[in-house]
Amino acid sequence: MIVLEQKKFQEIEKMTTGYNRLLVLGCETCAAMSFAGGQRQVAELASAIRVARKTTGEQGEVLEEAIARQCEPEFVDLIKDEVSGCDAVLSLACGAGVQMLAERFQDKVVLPGCNTTFLGVTEELGVWSERCAGCGNCILDKTAGLCPIARCSKQLLNGPCGGSMNGKCEISKDVDCVWQLIIDRLTRLNRLEMLEEIFPVKDWSPAGHGGPRKMVREDLKS
Amino acid sequence: MEQQTAQPEMTVIGGVDEIVEEFQPKIEAMICTYCTYAAADLAGSQRLQYPPTVKIVKYPCTGRISVAHILKAFELGADAVLVGGCEVGTCHFIEGNLRATERVAYAKKLLEETGLGGDRLEMFYISASDSHGFVNAVNEMTDRAKKMGPNFLGQARG
Ligand code: SF4
Ligand code: SF4
Repeated sequence: MIVLEQKKFQEIEKMTTGYNRLLVLGCETCAAMSFAGGQRQVAELASAIRVARKTTGEQGEVLEEAIARQCEPEFVDLIKDEVSGCDAVLSLACGAGVQMLAERFQDKVVLPGCNTTFLGVTEELGVWSERCAGCGNCILDKTAGLCPIARCSKQLLNGPCGGSMNGKCEISKDVDCVWQLIIDRLTRLNRLEMLEEIFPVKDWSPAGHGGPRKMVREDLKS
Repeated sequence: MEQQTAQPEMTVIGGVDEIVEEFQPKIEAMICTYCTYAAADLAGSQRLQYPPTVKIVKYPCTGRISVAHILKAFELGADAVLVGGCEVGTCHFIEGNLRATERVAYAKKLLEETGLGGDRLEMFYISASDSHGFVNAVNEMTDRAKKMGPNFLGQARG
């Protein structure tokens, strides 16, 4: 999932000031699973904005809505009417969702209520961590299912480096050395010999280093 | 002469007005049916005195109370909100009261940021037999609300 974090309230308050009718729009997929922009967080945030507006004497209405996904035009178009009736939309989706709104509603101010952080997993309720950097050419088959690009501080492909200590990365004792984890797991799988294969220099062009990425599937296109 | 006769009358009326107009805060008590609700009930049976400021909303467990519920209460004009759950370790649903504690902490922070004031909200742990605990909680929140003054959102709604 894409892990998001709601922006600090003060930042949100400042950016939404002056927009009389404000629509707080949630996204029920990754944003909801991040507890940053689902229906509940929409209700909380809208309520807080209304309270804050009363303090500052700012007029206007704060509306609440959530859609299944803000990154799909089909869902975004469902709220056309509501959007047209407001002065700005505060999106609680990831950056992709915010931009989809901006694309579909050309004349509307669209504001980001969240920071999009990383592609990761829910370790437990309230704890998320990074797993994938979207490099465009997955190598997990060679690294025991653990990603050194997203999880090694130096993105080493032939690790570990000399800083690996007691299973921890040299940047912090709170960060696991993923190469240690890779070795441990390969040992368990009895596949340690896989490490003898040296990774060649990685082609980073599918990782976005070759410019913005786009994918077209002719078989699906209408 | 007129003034002299009017004066005592004014004082009396003024006195009555003062009593009538003294700010009576509206406290919303979001409380768990297993503990604080029973304590409130017991307080009544024991004829314990507490200010008539409190409105009770009974929950199956404080774990059901969301931040949005709390904020809504303030939006609708509550001057203070007290959340009353079981003592730590005695929640019927094991950790509902612990969840509530964390949510109250989060909501307090948000209330502070919105300018309404985090002290208008507090979490209390009140067992079913602790009628005095309930009375103290109501007194505490009433005092706080009086000190902080009316919730301006309530004023706006008249
Ligand atoms: S190798 Fe690339 S695609 Fe695979 S998990 Fe790592 S960053 Fe993601
Ligand atoms: S200690 Fe491990 S995770 Fe940290 S930089 Fe070195 S190889 Fe990468």
